[in-house]
Amino acid sequence: MHAAVSPPFEFVGCTELREILGVKAEDEVQLLDLLEEVPIESIYYHTHEYFLRHQFLLGPYPNDFATWVATQVRDRVLGERLGVIDPYEFETLEDLREALISVMEDHLSKMLAVPRVDDGEPFYFMLSRMVEVPTETVARTLQELRDGIARLDTSAIYFHFYAARIRRNRRDSDFTIWAEEGLHMPELAQHLRAINPYIFSLEQLRKRLVEICDTFLNGGSRER
Amino acid sequence: MTNSLEDYRKVTPPGSVDLLYHMSEKVKGKSLLNINSTRSGGGVAEILNRLVPMLNELEIKVGWEIIQGSEGFFKVTKAFHNALQGRDPGISDRMYQLYIEENRENAKRLTFDADMILVHDPQPAALIDYGDRAGKWVWRCHIDISQPARRVWRFLKNYVLKYDAAIFSLPAFAQKLPIPKFLIYPSIDPLSDKNRELSRREVNKILDRLGIPRDKPILLQVSRFDRFKDPVGVIQAYRIVKKHNDCRLILVGGGAADDPEGDVVLQEVREAAGKDPDIHVLLLPPDSNIEVNALQRAATIVLQKSLREGFGLTVAEAMWKGKPVVGGFAGGITVQIMYYHTGYTVSSVEGAAFRVRHLLNNPEIGRKMGSDAKEYIRRNFLITRQLADYLTLMAALTNGR
Repeated sequence: MHAAVSPPFEFVGCTELREILGVKAEDEVQLLDLLEEVPIESIYYHTHEYFLRHQFLLGPYPNDFATWVATQVRDRVLGERLGVIDPYEFETLEDLREALISVMEDHLSKMLAVPRVDDGEPFYFMLSRMVEVPTETVARTLQELRDGIARLDTSAIYFHFYAARIRRNRRDSDFTIWAEEGLHMPELAQHLRAINPYIFSLEQLRKRLVEICDTFLNGGSRER
Repeated sequence: MTNSLEDYRKVTPPGSVDLLYHMSEKVKGKSLLNINSTRSGGGVAEILNRLVPMLNELEIKVGWEIIQGSEGFFKVTKAFHNALQGRDPGISDRMYQLYIEENRENAKRLTFDADMILVHDPQPAALIDYGDRAGKWVWRCHIDISQPARRVWRFLKNYVLKYDAAIFSLPAFAQKLPIPKFLIYPSIDPLSDKNRELSRREVNKILDRLGIPRDKPILLQVSRFDRFKDPVGVIQAYRIVKKHNDCRLILVGGGAADDPEGDVVLQEVREAAGKDPDIHVLLLPPDSNIEVNALQRAATIVLQKSLREGFGLTVAEAMWKGKPVVGGFAGGITVQIMYYHTGYTVSSVEGAAFRVRHLLNNPEIGRKMGSDAKEYIRRNFLITRQLADYLTLMAALTNGR
């Protein structure tokens, strides 16, 4: 048994209402131009929120821009270069936008012709309105945290692990912060902090989080 | 028998039904009025017949009204439907007038006292001119209007512009509009006759009745006999595969009363099939849901080799049954198939043959793909996801009302 701690961790899920912006790119120059113009929420939608829409399988590239240039335009080099940009490494979304633009400008400066979609789909810019959904589930112990992670809708994993970083403007997820400040388990927090969210689908991440919690619950660490 | 929301727990991802209950708290006590043109027949009625009881279970005050009209009115709206999808049959001024008059008459009969009024497709779209504007009016477009006959779209657009928002099934289906445009994918009901679990015995019995032996791998395409579905291309792909892999091909379609071209295409399909005993062309009645379910479950590989497609939910149906799907690169097929993971999209007869042959010769890949496909549909294309989308829409639009 673990001692109760305060304040408890309150699990929140989320749903998104996807909005069609009505602008589309059919070649890489159009994509670049629109990357500069669209609302920042659209950059967020196509990079960070990509993970909310990939609960089970991540797909070949971990953001919509890389996926489109690689699979629709069939420009694998640009796909790889955009695909390796980790959205969680940037302080602000505008910094992320600049990084995407910079890679595209560099790539296009070396091309003799503008790669475009011939037999594929245009890129449709989107954004979403997220609605937070309190789940009435709280955790006061590591066991309860672990059980909540294991059984709740995966949108709660997204909300606390991915969206939290933007919401709080911190590099740490809600789980990491609560492990440190609520459970007073800095070693657990360190393990959670070490997870690279960029390479997991939500279900894979859920599994990883449960494994880490189980390790600590089963005496894998002296901490409680 | 109507299923309750609780019945969906056994087929949906962990926590998702609970999320629906929590989500409904955001809109509890709010009211939603659906208006469409029919209570039975067609995809819209099919989905509303399921969504309305589910919304009621979540204590949303949900109403469902049907627009009434003369035979002439529905001929006009059918012509609108075709014109909005690019086939302009020629619509006279008198026809436009009839559309306006019968919408006006319906408005006198209906009451629009709801927090959100969801108007489905073009038939009732003009009601916006006559209804109470206290609630939010949303036009739910279920069809592809990306390449409409311009005159018809200009006429309809005058009404759509007055709505608070519009919903489309794919970004590519939308038109430029100065109102918010939302994306909500359609969905399948995993507990309906078309998709529920069937025992091996039930499947065998149905295949026996349809005269389909189970002695070799089965390739299946389910779709009406329409050139855009490329049934003849499917036969050509099968012949390439057949050179090295023994298999059967089943083409299943239904006759549509409003589709005179269907008979011509069916004839072309029969001619292309010739006397090959391993090609089965089945014409089934529209309510053959269990038969389609059994055929999809019996199939080794499902094809949907469309050249042009709406959303193409037959792909989700097959994937839900754990089948690898080879689909045409068209419409909603591209968002249902995650290339190489949950199936293959192809752009030619040769591409279809190549992928089918690959799957037949690597059954373990087909099994893994089918298993991932089922999970992908569970997460993205079940009716519970669509229900969550509508609750989110209500929360986003009626907040503060």
